[in-house]
Amino acid sequence: MNIQAIRVIFLNEMRRTRNSILQSVASPVISTALYFIVFGAAIGSRIQSIEGVSYGVFIVPGLMMLSLLTQSISNAAFGIFFPKFNGTIYEVMSAPISFVEIVIGYVGASATKSLIIGTIILITASFFVDLRIEHPIWMVTFFVLTCISFSLFGFIIGLWADNFEKLQLIPLLIITPLVFLGGSFYSVDMLPAFWQKVTLFNPVLYLISGFRWSFFEVSDVSVGLSLAMILSFLAACMTLVWFMFKTGYKLRS
Amino acid sequence: MTSDAIISIRNLSKTYENGHQALKSVELDVQRGEILALLGPNGAGKTTLISTICGLVRPSTGTITVDGFDTIKQFRKTREIIGLVPQELTLSVFDKVRDTVAFSRGLFGKPPAPAYIDKLLDDLSLHDKKDAMLMTLSGGMKRRVLIAKALSHEPSILFLDEPTAGVDVELRKDMWKLVDGLRQSGVTIILTTHYIEEAEEIADRVGVINNGELLLVEEKRTLMQKLGKKRLMVELAESVTTIPASLQKYGLSLEMDGRTLVYTYRAGEGKPTGITRLLSDISESGLHLQDVKTTESSLEDIFVDLVRSPEHQ
Repeated sequence: MNIQAIRVIFLNEMRRTRNSILQSVASPVISTALYFIVFGAAIGSRIQSIEGVSYGVFIVPGLMMLSLLTQSISNAAFGIFFPKFNGTIYEVMSAPISFVEIVIGYVGASATKSLIIGTIILITASFFVDLRIEHPIWMVTFFVLTCISFSLFGFIIGLWADNFEKLQLIPLLIITPLVFLGGSFYSVDMLPAFWQKVTLFNPVLYLISGFRWSFFEVSDVSVGLSLAMILSFLAACMTLVWFMFKTGYKLRS
Repeated sequence: MTSDAIISIRNLSKTYENGHQALKSVELDVQRGEILALLGPNGAGKTTLISTICGLVRPSTGTITVDGFDTIKQFRKTREIIGLVPQELTLSVFDKVRDTVAFSRGLFGKPPAPAYIDKLLDDLSLHDKKDAMLMTLSGGMKRRVLIAKALSHEPSILFLDEPTAGVDVELRKDMWKLVDGLRQSGVTIILTTHYIEEAEEIADRVGVINNGELLLVEEKRTLMQKLGKKRLMVELAESVTTIPASLQKYGLSLEMDGRTLVYTYRAGEGKPTGITRLLSDISESGLHLQDVKTTESSLEDIFVDLVRSPEHQ
């Protein structure tokens, strides 16, 4: 295995993050703080607690998921799209590196950045609300798995996209609505019966539900099902990345 | 593969998805330590050929071995000894010079070596630009950075794809010096170029490629001897309107308003040129000589003749 290549890709991506620290870290932290002020303090104070959890606390896992998903996707997508866009990908493709090493380097850096952002959001949230985490190991498991699998998904988008519009298309038109409609700010029980059934087709519901369970033991679906969903999504992304590299999709002619 | 070939290409063809056949059954051996220049017009297949060897393009048919290893099955072994300088100035402009060169070294599996990278940048006259952002460099400087990146992992084969395209004369000569220095250290160099002058100046062998076909690969000197022509220009004291009948057998042409007789002949290979006889026949025909000079066809003339000949269209 070409460990040096993984190291330099990882460090190069992390350096890119450091060079754009305001955009990379401050921006998600500020937007999360705004969510807390608007939903948690202003509106939340008029909403009764959900299953014994105050509304301001209830939305913390959903808000973290919102940032983790969007950040993981955009970091990884941009990480591989940019060298494709400016032509420097030739160097990676002509180096003695397997696709596994390329993926570990780029996706690993993106997932690490998301983990850092998620942790910062968690710390920020603790300033606004009184947080408790009932199952820390499960919480970390969901946290890490989400960062990795959605970074992989972002990597796929970055490989697929051949312009900046496509790069934004899926995160903006699919992921954001799915996160908002997946119970970030509410429990599925609060929806009418018909919409409860529709929501069950939203894969993000399972992520948020499982993650929320690890905090408060409150969930919309069983934690086993949530774990199975995230692992299935991870496996699907890995298979797709493997297929893209095997066929040289948009990388080798 | 011949005993000292470092790259061996057999029956290599490449047809792109749009149906364009960029390479047609290419057979080529590159000898260890030589400088091979690939000449050809735009779209001839030069870049496709080197991209295929470097792993950027998948061959449709055929095999390539580098130092005895297959470029697809044993890609790690082959790629770790190859450096590539691409045609375009493809650099991530937000990086620093030192960082981007260290990145390239790591990609090729080598541990960090700041001292080596410092020396490399010094050798490429980039000593005062080591911590400069790439976006602040001139085109010539960026070209040097690309060379530094290609040499960062100490390759034994270097591909230079149009290394001096759009480069000023001074930098071009610097590049030639650099290439010569690399050859002295045992690096095998394959360069593609439009500039015949470049091939003439630095190559040991020349390959001519057109329409995806490798028309020939020859020692530069042999090629010029084999295909090169010499022109003997005989300036006459008085102008003439027709060539005397006694001189018809030489296939002469009249130039400069009848003041110059031009005789074209193949040079070298120890064959008689017929010059002595021609000069004596000119005297016998009653014409008076004023001056005599010869010119040799350049690699450029040979190249143009080759790619224009009907059998290679």
